[in-house]
Amino acid sequence: MKRRYLKLTALGVAASLGLCACGGTDSGDAAQNEAVDGIVRPTDEQGGTLTFAHSNEFDSMDPGNTYYAANWNFSRFYARRLVTYAQQPGEAGQELVPDLATDLGEVSDDGLTWTYTLKEGVKYQDGSPIVAEHIKYAIARSNFATDVINKGPTYFADLLDEDDYAGPYQDSDLDNFEAIETPDERTIVFHLKEPFGEFDYLATMPQTAPVPPDADTGTQYQTEVVSSGPYQFDGQWQPGSTLTLVRNEHYDPETDPLVRNLPDEIQLSFKQNADDIDNRLLSGDLLVGAAGVGVQTAARGRILRDDNLKARSDNPKTAFLFYFAINPNVAPFDNKACREAVLYGADKTQLQTAFGGPTAGDIATSLLPPVVPGYEEIDPYGTPNHEGDPDKTRAKLAECGHEDGFAANIAYRSDRPAGQKAAEALQASLSEYGITTDLKGYPSGTYTNEQAGSPEFVRQEELGIMIYGWGPDWNSGYGFLSQIVDGDAIKPAGNSNISELDNPEINKLLDEAAQSQDKQRREEIYARIDELAMDSATFLPFANRKVLLYRPEELTNVFVNPNYHMYDYVSLGVAQN
Amino acid sequence: MITYILRRLVAGVGLLLVVSMVVFAIFFLVPRVAGADADTLAARYVGKSPSPEAVAAVKERLNLDDPIAVQYAEFVKGLVMGTDYDSGTDVIHCSAPCFGYSFNNNLEVWPQLVDRLPVTASLAAGAAVIWLGAGVSIGVLSALRRGTLIDRAAMVTALAGVSLPIFFTGLVSLALLSYQWQIFPPGGSYTPLLDNPLEWAYGLILPWLTLAFLYAAMYARMTRAGMLDTMGEDYIRTARAKGLPERTVVTKHGLRAALTPIITIFGLDLGLMLGGAVLTESTFSLPGLGKFAVDAIRANDLPVVLGVTMFTALFVVVANLLVDLLYVWVDPRVRAPS
Repeated sequence: MKRRYLKLTALGVAASLGLCACGGTDSGDAAQNEAVDGIVRPTDEQGGTLTFAHSNEFDSMDPGNTYYAANWNFSRFYARRLVTYAQQPGEAGQELVPDLATDLGEVSDDGLTWTYTLKEGVKYQDGSPIVAEHIKYAIARSNFATDVINKGPTYFADLLDEDDYAGPYQDSDLDNFEAIETPDERTIVFHLKEPFGEFDYLATMPQTAPVPPDADTGTQYQTEVVSSGPYQFDGQWQPGSTLTLVRNEHYDPETDPLVRNLPDEIQLSFKQNADDIDNRLLSGDLLVGAAGVGVQTAARGRILRDDNLKARSDNPKTAFLFYFAINPNVAPFDNKACREAVLYGADKTQLQTAFGGPTAGDIATSLLPPVVPGYEEIDPYGTPNHEGDPDKTRAKLAECGHEDGFAANIAYRSDRPAGQKAAEALQASLSEYGITTDLKGYPSGTYTNEQAGSPEFVRQEELGIMIYGWGPDWNSGYGFLSQIVDGDAIKPAGNSNISELDNPEINKLLDEAAQSQDKQRREEIYARIDELAMDSATFLPFANRKVLLYRPEELTNVFVNPNYHMYDYVSLGVAQN
Repeated sequence: MITYILRRLVAGVGLLLVVSMVVFAIFFLVPRVAGADADTLAARYVGKSPSPEAVAAVKERLNLDDPIAVQYAEFVKGLVMGTDYDSGTDVIHCSAPCFGYSFNNNLEVWPQLVDRLPVTASLAAGAAVIWLGAGVSIGVLSALRRGTLIDRAAMVTALAGVSLPIFFTGLVSLALLSYQWQIFPPGGSYTPLLDNPLEWAYGLILPWLTLAFLYAAMYARMTRAGMLDTMGEDYIRTARAKGLPERTVVTKHGLRAALTPIITIFGLDLGLMLGGAVLTESTFSLPGLGKFAVDAIRANDLPVVLGVTMFTALFVVVANLLVDLLYVWVDPRVRAPS
């Protein structure tokens, strides 16, 4: 601080001389995107404080009560799961490796039973042993007590062969939770209703991090999570305040497939101004933007214009797709040719520009993003240079009986400028063919639950076209597709299949993929579903999202996690020179 | 005098009651009129893909199925007597004044408001001292030197201050003074006063100056206008004719009369600011009431929004009361007739 007081006195001098310390610093030894396929500044040097800042806050720091990808990434500091991802950039990092378990799940011949064995010597922060029953308890509270713990996904509740269990808060006798057995302290056995070939992916979710029942305080557990990882909370944490993690002395790195204990301390501050976070990153005052969504528009321009800053940035592709859903239950889109007219009439280059340009996303031509295993390049409604095809558009309009165009509504999230601009760009594209559209904005907080995700509201307000974004809960075709194309996933509220696609062939293929133990066969199925879904003309995909991440020079061991599509938080270190 | 204060206090409580009704109606009645039902309101409190059981539990916990009048009565009862909430694992007692229970972060609203008040109060108090001192001084100087270079320069600066939004001046000052020259600490640097007074002041200098720049500009223009009016009055000429020193004429006769409207505005501004200096807190990432309110609005956390609004209304009412009392001291005409 002394340094700053001295500088304060120097302010007048600097200002009077009109000095400006403009320009960048040395570009260092890395180039742009070097952390996408490689590791920047690899080291095993320990020490320092790793600082994170978030413009908002995570839904909960409780590993069983969170649905944010960034928190699934961050919580690995203190919540080890049964399975995790290999600590590698690129495709190698998509490989599953056992974490608390000794191996990946052992599946029975009928595909209905998955068994994991815990490693010996794994301990909580208080030195007590981690036992299988605590993982069973963690899954019970996070999936079967949604009256209390309601922010995370409920895949286990959907898949486990359990109908009547009321959750541990209403029924504390875990013996009544029969779908998971723990025959001894190190064995945990899951019984499923139907075979599910990707069960190991579920075991990577933070909901499999053990929770000692005695320490569970329901929603308040997030204030004092009992650590199973290399770091623990520094005392009780008050939501909204800075979270400090310190080393867990009972953590044994020998039991961990990952090296995730480089910094001495980790600090995560919340509710920070988003532009200010970027400025602090660029100045080196802060090391990581915790949300993992990249820098804001202002910093993006600054980084891309400055070669030195650009060399310290990464622009990875993500598995997040932005598209317009075209609802076949709203006239005139009940006629496929009318939907196809929209697909051929859209100028995707304009949509991409409106969305933020090539740095914000590549032009998408299919539902499956290229980074999802099983992706095959298709473009069934391709147009020259992605700029729209006037001839085909007019032909489709004639075919659907609206030669001069028609009127429709486009729904968008009113507090998301990029989405709004994309909606405006689509409106402009379609207006060239007489398709007049009204833009209807709704708050993002209620968009899925009350407007676009409510089929009744969609019909009532005639929302024929709705912008939406989607990313997978795990990086597979099932993780990506199941909620947005499965007819069985259509819900009266909170519906993500906003195209309301209910194609029996797709539904059947999804079931087949879920039950298959053959990865290659599953990936063939996902590619086929992609074709069928695109053929329904209920999706206008326009951008496969990319993010612009910035890595300050002090950050070591940096690479992009190919599953979370942001820096691999637990690998990061702090330069000690 | 005591009757006057009591009357104002009773009126203040009545006003708060009306404010609570209006705010409650905005947040809980208007969505229903717009088509939302108890389920959709409850769905705002659960995660991305809520199960029907989760929605039902929240609905029951928030009594969203009850008539709106009953819900309001429960809210007022909580304010006065406290209330109990079922967290699902436990029954939590929320002591009076219970502003509600945030189901986004699972904490009572009142302690969160109290936690954030020192940040906002620190910001408001420091900035108020600067803007009142600078604004009034510049306004007086400008009025006394009307038409000179000083007057023009001061008014151009004031115009700039009024015109430039805080999110611009704040970000520019952070970019230059914090990140480029590293003179001041970065955004989000707040140290409680009692922990380290020096760090407290150091962390708040930029927010104070940014906020004060806007308000000082307004106060300078108001003071200048008031002083120009006052200094042309007959009693000023009389004072001068009596041979009073110019300093006495300006401060005791001119400024004192010109201060009356300034005090009115100052009271309102300070009251509003204690309810949260939204832009400054957001720009500098200060965890005060304004930032708290913005985040709550973004997260649809209605109990928090309701709590902050009521808190702000309370400050405005109290500030108004204090202003009225100050009038008695500043303006003899107020106390004379009664």
